[in-house]
Amino acid sequence: MYAFTYHKPSSVRQAAAMLAKNEDAKLLAGGHTLLPTMKQRLASPSALIDLGAMPELKGIERKGRSVVIGAMTRHGEVAESAVVREAIPGLAELAELIGDPHVRHRGTIGGSVANNDPSADYPAALLALDATVITNKRKIAADEFFQGLFVTALEEGEIVTKVSFPVAQKAAYAKFRNPASRYALAGVFVAKRGSDVRVAVTGASENGVFRWTAAEEALKARFTAKSLEGMAPSPDGMIGDIHADSAYRAHLVGVMARRAVQAATSR
Amino acid sequence: MAIVNMTVNGRAVTADIDPRMLLVQFVRENLRLTGTHVGCDTSQCGSCVLHVDGQAVKACTVLAIQADGSSVTTIEGLSAAGGELHPMQAAFREHHGLQCGYCTPGMIMAAIDIVNRKGHALDETTIRDELEGNLCRCTGYHNIVKAVAAGAEAMGREPIRQAAE
Ligand SMILES: Cc1cc2nc3c(=O)[nH]c(=O)nc-3n(C[C@H](O)[C@H](O)[C@H](O)COP(=O)(O)OP(=O)(O)OC[C@H]3O[C@@H](n4cnc5c(N)ncnc54)[C@H](O)[C@@H]3O)c2cc1C
Repeated sequence: MYAFTYHKPSSVRQAAAMLAKNEDAKLLAGGHTLLPTMKQRLASPSALIDLGAMPELKGIERKGRSVVIGAMTRHGEVAESAVVREAIPGLAELAELIGDPHVRHRGTIGGSVANNDPSADYPAALLALDATVITNKRKIAADEFFQGLFVTALEEGEIVTKVSFPVAQKAAYAKFRNPASRYALAGVFVAKRGSDVRVAVTGASENGVFRWTAAEEALKARFTAKSLEGMAPSPDGMIGDIHADSAYRAHLVGVMARRAVQAATSR
Repeated sequence: MAIVNMTVNGRAVTADIDPRMLLVQFVRENLRLTGTHVGCDTSQCGSCVLHVDGQAVKACTVLAIQADGSSVTTIEGLSAAGGELHPMQAAFREHHGLQCGYCTPGMIMAAIDIVNRKGHALDETTIRDELEGNLCRCTGYHNIVKAVAAGAEAMGREPIRQAAE
């Protein structure tokens, strides 16, 4: 790791002011992506601004028809939250599939969303549930927020403060894990609200998380795993690497989508 | 440099450190508590697992300064040197849950964390799932799983001799 200065502001406003003053500063949430990157010297921020001391970024709340989760809420807290289990059980189940228990004690939803790793789990939930990312400056719909590999709508100095998930009638996540890294080789989140159905896929595409619209249309006709029988997205543009080639990944997306619908319809 | 204050195994410690210092380096090099190991140094293997405010974390991926104000428990905090072993340690010995021993401190700290979250009656599937973040290259895990189940049960039986947590 290269040297940096460390700051632990007590409010989002202070953190934003520090970011504005210091061009190469970076926010530090759970550190479970940023610190490994810094250890490999792939990132060398001159300053780290730790978001760990702000009660305003923590906690899970039911607000009307939505569940609102603070950016610094750890994956483990989401997995165990009675509020989330009750309102959107599929979201708690997704959080429980991230990494391992130790990773879940540190990693945060804000960090995961801001990082937008193409194999991360949360982006699929945000996109399928039509969530809103709330920052210190504005509200951003998930459809606009995720913009490709590690790219988001966040501007310089913008801080994610909360994520708001509208409650769905039916929702579930199915993930095929890489057995070594535990990241998704393919992960599919399906959600049904009224007549609207959204299917979001992570881990598979070279462009990061995406909506599989053909599956959405098929499920709007009838929300059952049978509607997706034989379906898979095109292997064009799917990730192909030593873990799985693009045709296999496309196949896995179909399988995971059917499993997710199965799980959503059987609770 | 930055001042860090924390409680480690019940003892208050203060140090002036480089903010780059990892928590695992801090306990090993500054405090000479070398029971916590560094295996992969890339947050995969779990040799460096210790507890921060009662939760298992990979100390190779936490800055010491992030633990400022926290209470940290390492393997050394579970039982006094030469004294009676913590029930989870005793179970690892009894069930031969180790061979070379490199992963053992992390395994035991992870195991106690499982018990804290999931209770004393742990089935094999739960234990194997929950040990996802800890690698062992000798045992094939079988005896580790047995040890965790027995240790969990023993922790329920004994009036908890909570270590310095
Ligand atoms: C062994 C291991 C296994 C893992 N497995 C999985 C897995 O299966 N699935 C999965 O989804 N993830 C996995 N992860 C990643 C993990 O979930 C990370 O915790 C997460 O991606 C990043 O969250 P963080 O809180 O650690 O963020 P950090 O590492 O602290 O930050 C990540 C980036 O986001 C920025 N940032 C952080 N918070 C904010 C904010 N509030 N506003 C704006 N920018 C911000 C930071 O500046 C940084 O650039 C794994 C990690 C490890 C180490």
